[in-house]
Amino acid sequence: MQPIELGEIQRRIDSLKNQDLYLHLEMTTGAYAAHWDSTKHPAATFVTNAAVRYTHGSISGAGPYRVGLKTEHGWIYSEGLTHYEETETERLLLAGHDSQGKLVVALQLSGQPF
Amino acid sequence: MESTERKILVVLPHPDDECFGLSGTLSKHIREGGYVTYACLTLGEMGRNMGVPPFANRVTLPRIRKEELELSCRTIGIQDLRLLGFHDKTIEFEDKELLDGKILELLQTLRPSLVYTFYPGFSVHPDHDACGAAVIRAVERLPEADRPVVHCMAFSRDHEQYIGKPDVAVDVKPFLKQKIASIQAHRSQFQVPELQGNKKQPTKEVEERFGTERFWTYRF
Repeated sequence: MQPIELGEIQRRIDSLKNQDLYLHLEMTTGAYAAHWDSTKHPAATFVTNAAVRYTHGSISGAGPYRVGLKTEHGWIYSEGLTHYEETETERLLLAGHDSQGKLVVALQLSGQPF
Repeated sequence: MESTERKILVVLPHPDDECFGLSGTLSKHIREGGYVTYACLTLGEMGRNMGVPPFANRVTLPRIRKEELELSCRTIGIQDLRLLGFHDKTIEFEDKELLDGKILELLQTLRPSLVYTFYPGFSVHPDHDACGAAVIRAVERLPEADRPVVHCMAFSRDHEQYIGKPDVAVDVKPFLKQKIASIQAHRSQFQVPELQGNKKQPTKEVEERFGTERFWTYRF
């Protein structure tokens, strides 16, 4: 993956709008968070292959970045994104990695199920 | 050298669950003539570690981890790897009939004398606990006379307060080469500084940290 380039990601977000898509969205502290440090509160959540369609979307921030996608009935939101997969042409794969390279957050859109 | 354990079944939820706690023991069983089937429930596809620097992503991780698992099994000498196709992080939510049934089928067809899994309730990751619990339920469905011995791994905080000290300790120092190779096979997941480089002999520190594997015999 490559560090996010704002303009490139905005172009990709625009190119996927008003289409039936599958969403993978997750955020995690890791299952071992409280095992290593009892002051930590372990939390993780993911939705995989949710059917979505957005009418408008954008990326903002100075890095790590935020993405908001406006859907017919609500919003999809993600903060902490740092990287994108440059080799994907049809799909948008965004992820946020911490200073150790571990994945903290992921936002992925595809016309086909993941 | 002939092992009393000829057929061994390992049931763990993630690629890499074998490497730190069990790979030396399995290498020893295999050296002594044992036949090991490793049923790995998932591909660890929700793992957070993507390599340092990251070379995997959410989409490529399952394929990469499958290859890492296959390499780890080759380094240990495991003869039979089964990928059961469940999804990472979902074991505790799976249909118990489906999950237990897959494990029971392995027990009935392979008829192992010894099974390795995680100790349910004392293994930190929900998938570990759910995997161990499913193995115990499946073994309990066998007639008492046909049940294999079950050796469990446990590492939650304060686990000894509840289940006491491990009753099995395996000296795996003669198998550190295989064990270190097994850990290093999972290169997207682990970077262990003291295992870096190609030292001919493991250091005292490595022997101390990795030279013994401990298990609890499950009491049915």
